[in-house]
Amino acid sequence: MDPVIQFFYGIPVLGLVFQFVGYIVDQLPTIAPIILGNATPIALAALCGVMCERSGVVNIGIEGIMIATAFVGWYVGVLVSPMFGARPDWIFGFSPALLIALAAAILTGMLISLLHAWLSITVKADQIISGTIINIAAFGLTGYLNTLISQTSPNGAGNFSRFRPPAEITQIPVVGWLFQMFLRQGPIAISLIVIVIAFQVLLFRSRWGLRTRAVGEHPRAAETVGIDVIWLRYRNVVFAGAFAALAGAYLSMEATNSFQQGMTTGRGFIGLAAMIVGRWTPVGAFGAALLFASSAALGYSIGGNPPPGQLGDLLSGVPGQVFDALPYLVTIVVLAGFIGRSVAPAADGQPYERESAH
Amino acid sequence: MTEKRASQVGGRLRGMLRDLWAAAALPLISIVLALIVGAVVILASELIVPGRPFDVTLPLAAYSALFTGSLGGLDPIVNTMRSAAPLVLGGLAVGLGFKAGLFNIGAQGQFLLGALGAVTVGIALNEASPFIAIPLSLLAGGLFGAAWGFVPGLLKAVSGAHEVVTTIMLNYVAGSTIAWAVSGPLDQPGSPSPITAQVGNAALPVLIGRNGHAGILLALVAAVVVGWLLYRTTRGFEIRTVGANPDAARYAGMQPRLIVVLTMSMAGLLAGLSGSIVVLGVTHHMTASFGTTVGFDSIAVALLGRSNPVGIIFAALLFGAMRAGAPLMQIQTLNLIPAELVDVVQATILLFLVAHAVIRRLLHLRGVAAGVEATDTITKSYSGEAVTH
Repeated sequence: MDPVIQFFYGIPVLGLVFQFVGYIVDQLPTIAPIILGNATPIALAALCGVMCERSGVVNIGIEGIMIATAFVGWYVGVLVSPMFGARPDWIFGFSPALLIALAAAILTGMLISLLHAWLSITVKADQIISGTIINIAAFGLTGYLNTLISQTSPNGAGNFSRFRPPAEITQIPVVGWLFQMFLRQGPIAISLIVIVIAFQVLLFRSRWGLRTRAVGEHPRAAETVGIDVIWLRYRNVVFAGAFAALAGAYLSMEATNSFQQGMTTGRGFIGLAAMIVGRWTPVGAFGAALLFASSAALGYSIGGNPPPGQLGDLLSGVPGQVFDALPYLVTIVVLAGFIGRSVAPAADGQPYERESAH
Repeated sequence: MTEKRASQVGGRLRGMLRDLWAAAALPLISIVLALIVGAVVILASELIVPGRPFDVTLPLAAYSALFTGSLGGLDPIVNTMRSAAPLVLGGLAVGLGFKAGLFNIGAQGQFLLGALGAVTVGIALNEASPFIAIPLSLLAGGLFGAAWGFVPGLLKAVSGAHEVVTTIMLNYVAGSTIAWAVSGPLDQPGSPSPITAQVGNAALPVLIGRNGHAGILLALVAAVVVGWLLYRTTRGFEIRTVGANPDAARYAGMQPRLIVVLTMSMAGLLAGLSGSIVVLGVTHHMTASFGTTVGFDSIAVALLGRSNPVGIIFAALLFGAMRAGAPLMQIQTLNLIPAELVDVVQATILLFLVAHAVIRRLLHLRGVAAGVEATDTITKSYSGEAVTH
């Protein structure tokens, strides 16, 4: 080992920090594609949350939308794939059946969001209760149908495959692993990067973004300058359903090729956490999702391939569950304002009464 | 004189009936509508699984099996009560929060931590006298749950962190804690999958039938105590006032922050007891995949029971009956109707309750109370200005 590095690693206590950083730098190229993959559904769920809450509607039904769309995507694939014969050899493993299934999943996500929008905007029901009901209903119905359908042992339509970036790019020293991370992915994970950037620009630089933020902060003022608050909220909440649908489709059509009961395992809720830690901005939420996914990936990495020496002994003593729980603890700490306070849009969660209605 | 008295009694009786109808009409209508929706789902699901003749009477067969499995005889009835007991305690935990304007989604986490506390002490005292082991295990479960409720309460009171988000996060932290404890310090050496030892003498005694444990009694007592607390004590009045109007409560000299911490801790205590009676009365040990639905069913129970202790008992009995009868339904219909139908019906009931305004208009109901009560102050922004300013 380099004597300089050896010197830094040898410093008492502080040396452990250097060793830890060294371990992460060492491991990152291997686990980076996994991190982005795991972060994708979380980030998409978070984007769904950002879009809803920026326009003033709380949506805790994201988890339910994800499980429902994961199911619909998989099952529509099962239904339509016999109609198309052999799978063509297209990029990303696209096939007609898979694309139809993806479209069906997105449509389902938007329909469930429409239900949430109707309950929370028109009926003015409590938005958190509406979201809770969507979660219970989605888990019940998908569990029910899955138990029924699995009796027929169906064949799915397969899943999207990863893009293989050329070796010349991924072998570039120092930054090659970044290309590996962002390009050695399936279509949904790659499109996530585009969505995050486009959403960030639109939210803070476009007319739609300004209106959305206005409606989320002060709907009364927004209406007096001629913005249709109700319509804008409907549109945003329904469109946000497509993000949650992509998150669900990622689970059953990109990360795996089948549906399992309860396969979302709380990712919709971690998405909400990423939204809060990312302070209700698309890029922030994406960053938080990456951070959360890294925590879990690091846990696995330490379990399978622990760092040498003192640091290894120290980290191997930490139970793996600590890394699982870390994102939630970080969220609580951020929300409580111990590290840089995160504040929601002012009109978040409040149904809007039109001025003219009084 | 007696005639006058009779008419007075009659009038009061009529008034009581009117109040009862006002409170129970929407829940009852929602239940009936949800059962109809369930029947439609059953008929539609016959189309999914091919190779069986289409049977129009299948929903009836399913519901009658559900009924036999939950109420047809002593054992089914005891099973219903056994499934209902943790839901009563969990429903009280959520309902008490609703009364104070708090949405305690964390019943699930408090339930898990309570079970962990009870099983830890129960294992330690598995050879002690039951008179010592049972109370101490229950106490530990209740206190663990209370601690898990105290944290979000304190965070809300001190910094305004919204309890919905913090309790959801704590649910997952609780899940990780259970997974760690069951596969780590509490794991039985030599078992193929992570599992704790048996609680031995700390197991709750069976009072009725084959497995009607004492936890059922505890749930009923808890409902009475919560009812007394809410409607007969000053604290209860304060809780309800803070829930209805925190500003008015503050001007009246109450301390909303203190009430929030207190209510969340008590809710945690109830949910913790719920976990304790499941682990001490039913499973007697704990696995990493312990009790995953009670916490969320509790939200449904509290909403259907309108956060009222009596309503919560009835709602818990309904959902408990469905849970207890579901396996028989699945067996008798030859797996054509999975037990998850219960979840579908449960969610549909809630959907109709929440959309109560629409139902009232459609059915021309007048003089009927809203479907979901005392929840107007819940969805405030995450900064939670309702309490802290």
